[in-house]
Amino acid sequence: MKVTLFVTCLTDTFYPRTGMAVVKVLDRLGCQVDFPQEQTCCGQPMFNNGFTEEARALARRMVQVFEDSEYVVTPSGSCAAMIRDYYVDLLKDDHAYAAGAKALAGKTYEFYEFLLKVMKVDLRQLGARWPGKVTYHYSCHLRGIGVTDEAVRLMKQIEGLDYVPLPKAEQCCGFGGTFAIKYPQISGSLVRDKVACIKETAAPYVVSNDAGCTMNISGSCHRDGVKVKFISLAEIIAEALGLLETA
Amino acid sequence: MSTFEAKNQASAPAGTHATVNLSISGQELLFPPLPYDIHARADAATANKQLQDFVHVATYRKDVTRKQVTSETFGPKHGAFRDLGAAIKQHTLDHLDHYLEMFVERATAAGAKVHFAQTADQANDICLDVARRCGAKLCVKSKSMVTEETHLLPQLQAMGVETVETDLGEFILQLDHDAPSHIVTPMIHKDRRAVARAFERELGAVYTEDPQQLTGIARAYLREKYRRADLGISGGNFLVAETGSLVICTNEGNGRFCTSAPKVHVAFVGIEKLVPSYEHLGVMLKLLARTSTGQPLTVYTHVITGPRRPQEHDGPGQLHIILVDNGRTEILKKETREMLRCIRCGACLNACPVYRKIGGHAYGAVYSGPIGALITPLFRGLANYPDLPNASSLCGACFEACPVKIDIPRFLVQLRSEMVSRKITKLSDRLFYRLWAWSLGRSWTYRIGGWMQKMFFRAKARQRGTLAKGDPYRSRGWLDHLPGPAAGWTSQRDMPTPPARSFRQWWNQERSSS
Repeated sequence: MKVTLFVTCLTDTFYPRTGMAVVKVLDRLGCQVDFPQEQTCCGQPMFNNGFTEEARALARRMVQVFEDSEYVVTPSGSCAAMIRDYYVDLLKDDHAYAAGAKALAGKTYEFYEFLLKVMKVDLRQLGARWPGKVTYHYSCHLRGIGVTDEAVRLMKQIEGLDYVPLPKAEQCCGFGGTFAIKYPQISGSLVRDKVACIKETAAPYVVSNDAGCTMNISGSCHRDGVKVKFISLAEIIAEALGLLETA
Repeated sequence: MSTFEAKNQASAPAGTHATVNLSISGQELLFPPLPYDIHARADAATANKQLQDFVHVATYRKDVTRKQVTSETFGPKHGAFRDLGAAIKQHTLDHLDHYLEMFVERATAAGAKVHFAQTADQANDICLDVARRCGAKLCVKSKSMVTEETHLLPQLQAMGVETVETDLGEFILQLDHDAPSHIVTPMIHKDRRAVARAFERELGAVYTEDPQQLTGIARAYLREKYRRADLGISGGNFLVAETGSLVICTNEGNGRFCTSAPKVHVAFVGIEKLVPSYEHLGVMLKLLARTSTGQPLTVYTHVITGPRRPQEHDGPGQLHIILVDNGRTEILKKETREMLRCIRCGACLNACPVYRKIGGHAYGAVYSGPIGALITPLFRGLANYPDLPNASSLCGACFEACPVKIDIPRFLVQLRSEMVSRKITKLSDRLFYRLWAWSLGRSWTYRIGGWMQKMFFRAKARQRGTLAKGDPYRSRGWLDHLPGPAAGWTSQRDMPTPPARSFRQWWNQERSSS
């Protein structure tokens, strides 16, 4: 199976190890992974801030870059949601791109969803083992693409992994892109709530799969001296399968 | 520092139980000077422990109850029920002219007098005229967001008609010169101690914090008012076109008193409240009660078709239904029509992380929370409320909670887009985003941009001595201060720096040849 990676701008720069883990896990599952060098950003920052024309131009670009892909897989629920929920509407009046937008929306998957829905993976059969206690941050944009407990189901397939549910999991961490900068008090108040819930679990690891949320929550933990480690589930799976060295 | 902020901080240090809004009039809370900047009130609210304790806890609990009750009742059909609710409202809005005509005809045939008000002032004038003609001295009023919207009460009072809010929450707010901060639970920002103080101060009651006794005080006071009132005012949750009926849902029975004891009843209802028939009403009532309060049905569901009939002994002799437009047809004209499906259940407020943090008054308008952030700019001008569409993380909790599936995040983004095209968005922002978009438009500028950001962040972290050595794809540093607008980030939390190498560098080194 040919799989194209859309790594996303934040993962590329801030969380490269997550991208590496995704590639290694897909390799292990027998996928042929490619990474088009032309890819940049899905345009969500522009779109969310009302710069519709600019977002449209970036959406067109994405359609072009992934035109020949069979499956597009991304470790970010937020960017997957941008493509799946908004591209079709953004490009509906653009005759050259409307069909391409629909096709891209139809073949784009969040990585964890892809593992379960398309690859029908069972990590137990692959001998996944990762000893450690983790809690999991559910990122809001998964709502938009109908992803619910996929990550939790995967975690439960890993031997030795002790998953502790996060209280108030469905409350936003307060990232929201530039919202975090424009309304710092509201955003800060929300992220401190999230950190308090994390502390309640007493888990030393937080599984967080969206780069934006991770920057926000880990930044708040760092500021307040809360000693937890942030890791993406892709990294855990790669470590559990012996594809990445345990850090 | 705004007056609000000053008073707020002075009156509500953590641990005391001073009322938040005692010194700012209710009028100013919902009708602040325009353009309205949300920051002062939002910041004060997040720093206000009392508000956090009341609003955050209550909304979270309501949200949990809603999820539990809707899933118990509807099970796997919950989605289908929401679709049905959305379809019923959307159909009615798509054929609003037809159903309005039907409603007017049937309601009139049942003996009601139906009025149309294009603006808030017209709606108030109609009501004041009715009050004048019937020589009203005392008016009892049940809860109505539309009368808040038209700002009716001060005008009735000015005309010399004593008007008493009878919804318990609204009654307390009226005594306290406060304003509602939630569509369904108007005094969510107060606790019983505030009620006790208000009853002691305004009604001369003995101070008590016992809910039973407090209710008893209100009850005794209000019963007397119902008995003497000559005018009753209500809102309306639904209008049934088929029968010309007005439907009022309350939990305290006050709506029933207001609309049956006085000799004249005036109802203020937005034109979007129509449903075609009883069959549709059934679906909407099921959704409303469960999503708004988690009840199977509100305690009192009052269906009023016309005034007292000749053979009947009780009920008002006159029923006036004022159909209020006040900006609604403007919303109806465009693709924003979907917003008018709203049945004011308040579920989006309870689900919203931002509302939970800042409370209703921070929105500076009658309608707060996610739905308020949408309709307030449309009712009162986008340029007057530039923060409302922006002060959202677009988390989508509101959309998920909405019983009629209004895609609130999508419309918030649409309003942001309108702000950009109308140049309400600041020039510096317009330049910044366009430059950013340009740099993302080709891979070489993107790579240079990413590299520069990495170098800048890492150099800063090196200066601060926080840059960790080790895994080049994982070890990073931390910044506790960023310049310019990005300082908003570091005012609350640290900023991680990128590790030494990017994913792209790894790929090119390890993979591109294979």
